Amino acid sequence: MTSVAHQKLQNGSRAAVIFKDLVSRPSGAIGLSLVIFHVGLALISPFVVPFDYKLQNSALMLSQPDAIHWLGSDHLGRDVFSRTLMGGREALLVTGVATPLAVIWGGFVGILFGLVGGRVDEVLMRIVDAFLSLPWILKMLVLIVTFGTGIEVLIPTLAFFYGIPVIRIARAATHDVIARDFVWAAKARGHGRVSIIWRELLPNVLDTLMVEGAMRWSWMLLAFSSLSFLGFGVSPPTPDWGLMISDARGFMSFAPWGVIGPVIALSSLIIGINLTADALAKALGIDRAQKAPM
Amino acid sequence: MSKQPFISVKDLSVGYNSRSGETIEVLRNVSLDINRGESIGLVGESGSGKSTLALAAMGYFKRGLRALSGSAHFDEIDVLALDRDELQKIRGGRLALIPQNSGQSLTPTMRIGQQINEALRLHSKVGASQFQSRVIELLAQVRLPDPTALITRYPHELSGGQQQRVAIAMALAGEPDALLLDEPTTGLDVTTQAHILELLRELAQERNMAMLYVSHDLGAISRVCDRVVVMYAGEIVLTGTARQVLLAPRHPYAHGLLKSIPRLNQTSLPLALDGRPPMPGEAINGCAFADRCALVDEKCRTTPPDLHPIPSGENVRCFKSDMIADMPALNRKTGQRNSARSDVDSAALGLESLAISYEKKDWLSSLLTPGAKPQPATVDAINIRIQRGETLGLVGESGSGKSTILKAIAGLISPKEGVLTLHDNIILTPRVEDRPAPTLRQIQLIFQNPDDSLNPRHTVAQILAQPLRLYYSLSGSALHDASVDLLERVRLGAHYLDRLPSQLSGGEKQRVAIARAFAAEPEIVLCDEVTSALDVSVQAAVLDLLDDLKTQQGTTYIFVSHDLAVVKAISDRVAVLYQGRLCEIGPADAVYEAPFHPYTDVLLGAVLEPDPDIAPNLSADDVVELSPPAQGCCFQRRCPRKLGEICDKETPPVRELANGHIICCHVPASDL
Amino acid sequence: MLLMLIRRVLLGLVTVCIVSLIIFAGVEILPGDACTQFLGEYQADDELLAQCRKDLDLNRPAIDRFAEWAGGAMAGDLGLAVDGKTKISSIVGDRLQNSLLLALCAMGIGVPLALMLGVITGLCRDRMPDLIASTLAIFAMTIPEFVSATLLILIFSIWLGWLPGIVLTSASAPAAEFFPEILLPVIVLSLVMCAHIMRMVRSSVIEVMAGDYIQMATLKGVPYWPMVFRHALPNALLPAINVVALTIAWLLGGVVVIEVVFNYPGLGRLMIDSISDRDLPVVQSIALIVASVYVCVNLAADLLTMLANPKLRTMYTRK
Repeated sequence: MTSVAHQKLQNGSRAAVIFKDLVSRPSGAIGLSLVIFHVGLALISPFVVPFDYKLQNSALMLSQPDAIHWLGSDHLGRDVFSRTLMGGREALLVTGVATPLAVIWGGFVGILFGLVGGRVDEVLMRIVDAFLSLPWILKMLVLIVTFGTGIEVLIPTLAFFYGIPVIRIARAATHDVIARDFVWAAKARGHGRVSIIWRELLPNVLDTLMVEGAMRWSWMLLAFSSLSFLGFGVSPPTPDWGLMISDARGFMSFAPWGVIGPVIALSSLIIGINLTADALAKALGIDRAQKAPM
Repeated sequence: MSKQPFISVKDLSVGYNSRSGETIEVLRNVSLDINRGESIGLVGESGSGKSTLALAAMGYFKRGLRALSGSAHFDEIDVLALDRDELQKIRGGRLALIPQNSGQSLTPTMRIGQQINEALRLHSKVGASQFQSRVIELLAQVRLPDPTALITRYPHELSGGQQQRVAIAMALAGEPDALLLDEPTTGLDVTTQAHILELLRELAQERNMAMLYVSHDLGAISRVCDRVVVMYAGEIVLTGTARQVLLAPRHPYAHGLLKSIPRLNQTSLPLALDGRPPMPGEAINGCAFADRCALVDEKCRTTPPDLHPIPSGENVRCFKSDMIADMPALNRKTGQRNSARSDVDSAALGLESLAISYEKKDWLSSLLTPGAKPQPATVDAINIRIQRGETLGLVGESGSGKSTILKAIAGLISPKEGVLTLHDNIILTPRVEDRPAPTLRQIQLIFQNPDDSLNPRHTVAQILAQPLRLYYSLSGSALHDASVDLLERVRLGAHYLDRLPSQLSGGEKQRVAIARAFAAEPEIVLCDEVTSALDVSVQAAVLDLLDDLKTQQGTTYIFVSHDLAVVKAISDRVAVLYQGRLCEIGPADAVYEAPFHPYTDVLLGAVLEPDPDIAPNLSADDVVELSPPAQGCCFQRRCPRKLGEICDKETPPVRELANGHIICCHVPASDL
Repeated sequence: MLLMLIRRVLLGLVTVCIVSLIIFAGVEILPGDACTQFLGEYQADDELLAQCRKDLDLNRPAIDRFAEWAGGAMAGDLGLAVDGKTKISSIVGDRLQNSLLLALCAMGIGVPLALMLGVITGLCRDRMPDLIASTLAIFAMTIPEFVSATLLILIFSIWLGWLPGIVLTSASAPAAEFFPEILLPVIVLSLVMCAHIMRMVRSSVIEVMAGDYIQMATLKGVPYWPMVFRHALPNALLPAINVVALTIAWLLGGVVVIEVVFNYPGLGRLMIDSISDRDLPVVQSIALIVASVYVCVNLAADLLTMLANPKLRTMYTRK
């Protein structure tokens, strides 16, 4: 006696089913390939670039693309193609570490306070609101200007500030889950708070947090490159897309090729992450567009 | 004289495309005729395709579904061939729908008046100047109180029964010739349901309408329908007059279905119909019911039976319709309930003057409205002593506080007043967090909806491991063996261990929930509407299982339900609650027979039995009472036997009759 | 209703108080103060430093200074900039007006467009117009603002020469003088906000259209467009109020990157400049203004939702 419901089981674990669903959607397949491409590139680019990213050549200042320098050269005569290939490493490193940190701390605090509820929760939410009401760039810049722009500053700063909205999301998701009978059942059995968080809440909030993490990642990348663009991110001569666009903008009227490479690279990575997040949300059955952007 | 019946569905198949691209049929070659003035009941369990068929008769398919073949005609108009503009003229006008859940079917942002007005504007010949008075007339016609005030109300301000009446008024606005009713009373309280059905009956007779009444509830069908059509797995398996189908069904499925319905005049458990229907898209070689049929033979498994007429007049899709009458029971058991061992008088649980209040003090509102009187408690003055090994049924309509009492016993809500005792000597602390582990283990709770009470991310093994680890610190192979043993006790096998709840059917899920509760080897099990979310045939199996487990373990049950017949079937003693107050308590047989508390009388009168010869007796209005509960006697505002001032002012006396049968009423027991 | 109103306003006030505390505490914790900044390379001179701190009253306890600052801010006096001469309110005032102008223009284009597109894409879900608009929205939403701004300047200002690519008008000029320079920043901003709101409206429309009452309206014979306008949209657009509010708050909060790219003299650029100059009093003031705007706009959105949603409205007006 086989049935459709029972056959489902043979397709493997839930993670595998979701992954299959994810890559079967065009947005998921394209998005994931873009992300993998960029991560792979970041890992191998130092070994494959044709030129040294900091090698200056005054003879080649702002020269046009040609067979040797595929994307031309910048105002210091550096090879734009090489710099573009390497321009995402810093951004991926910083955001790649900061995103999980943000989701973990924000998620944990959100679940905890969602479960505890009451006065404590209300006070915490006012503090969260207060932080959210300040523009992100102000919060970031004050810290960066004071403590510098090294990754040891950027990672904790980004992780801290991007974890705050996660608190809100995790708390709301927790509220949805704790109203359900299986949480009541666990309470009635006499399980402790830690066990309820770990066994009952976390597995059900995890989907939301995963999608949230993917979204935070793309916004963090946006923030990081915006900071670089404004001159508060990566310090030269380290190549970074935001910084490269900022530098090349000045010469855009007669050397537009300087911006094209980093623009395409940066956009494709962020679009890739977003497409993946979209497809992931659909595969998990969460509608991402419902969530307000922050 | 028309050549065709008024509504005529011919060989209709409906299906959808699955993600893998196959066409999956939900309805297979269904034919259905309805004449003017005739009302037909369409019966089947969830997933049998009955709602799809009703909507298809209006030319409507839910997103993704489409007609694969066949036709549907309304008054000789081919509704499947019409475009949207032409359909609009018929829908809501000559052919109207009364939906399943009116609370969600009325537009939340439009006032009641506007919504009925819209129906008039679209379909009525009445002039625009008379709309207002016509709306009031319609609302009065469906017996809604104070129609003039209702016009400006929004749907959410009405009770479920009132919303359903508004939906009926809206359907009547177009002066329909035919009504399609899609489970119109599901989810309503028994008294409300009975009143609405009476209203529909009268309307149908008055207006000579054709009615197609879709429901899983044979009791409701028996009240309003002349003919009954039974569906199973997307096919019609039996059609006949209501009397034929309900009293002497000639198809094994209909036979089993009727046997599985608990009835008021039976003291035994209903007979379960084991197994479950095939899923849409599952390959069926012979008869779709073969796997669950007691009469099955080789032919049934290889050759699909046709729907054919039999001498007594019905149409049956079965090779063995002549053998149904003396069909053997599928069950191992006779359905006889195991009664409590009443020889030992030791209490399992005692509730003493229990009072529970949901009211929360808010600093701001208490600041702005000083001196506001505290509201009467949601549940008040409950005194019940439950014997070991006994099953106590708690019945009442929604808002009667029956689930609230269970939550208080489980320690999930702290009572305002009163004491809970275990075995007469252990006082249960109000909060579950403060209870010692042995006490926790002794009281277990089973919830109404297993979709909600089983963690969707846990496998069955993980679900069962929770109590086994917590109470018995089992692990490794001991844990595995204990889990398998539990599954076998709830008649599931070890192969269920790796499944997620989403891979189980409703009945299987509830069995896992039961297994989880029994993993604790509890003394007291609290059952909160445990069968309400299940189909009747599954309900019977679950009741049977609960009863079996009780026999093996000597468990004490507190069984909460709104269904009086279910409570009768499983309980030794029954308590009737109204608005959180106890009306009557006593041995099941005594409570279901005179003398009655007036409320018990009203409730029993409203019960619909699947028998066209039994008519309900409606003695009180189905007005939904608002909180706070009335002072004096809680039932006085609806009571048909109200004496006068004494009922308004004084809390009724607790009168004890024979055998611990208690009635709380001012009317002397001899008059009840 | 009144109770709810008072509660919401109180909560908003509490939030603003917490913000001001955070801002003040944040600046206190940071190394250096107004004097080390003011004195620059002379800060090594302990005597000068002490004198300056005395002049600026920095030696009083932080709580006193906070009370004075917060009190002043409530009365509209934001104090003096770090140079000790310029009134902050006069610097910030002009910039706030300019930011407001930019935000209003972007909203005027973005919000109606977003609502329209959201409804259209929601109604023809998974069909061509939806696929095109939704894909474009992902691009508009995800491409960094400085990238899209750079590309637009490259196309419209450098290659085509249709629009000026940079704002040269001074901060205190009247609003009319910002045209047509303001057009490109407005386009970039409207694109971004439009994409966010559109996606939200789209999914809300899809959810509502799948609801029981839409099926009921169809089966009641209501024609398509009246059904959309009377039954679907009033419900589908309710959640949009909050998203629009968030977007407005974001616009008014100084769209730093855009203002830098286009050299627009708004609050955002002032913020960046002040941070670079370590003009902390100005930074504090801007933070306080932006946070208050955020709280007010959200408060307004909540109240509007309460008024527009009969369920919430009747909860507080009828018993």
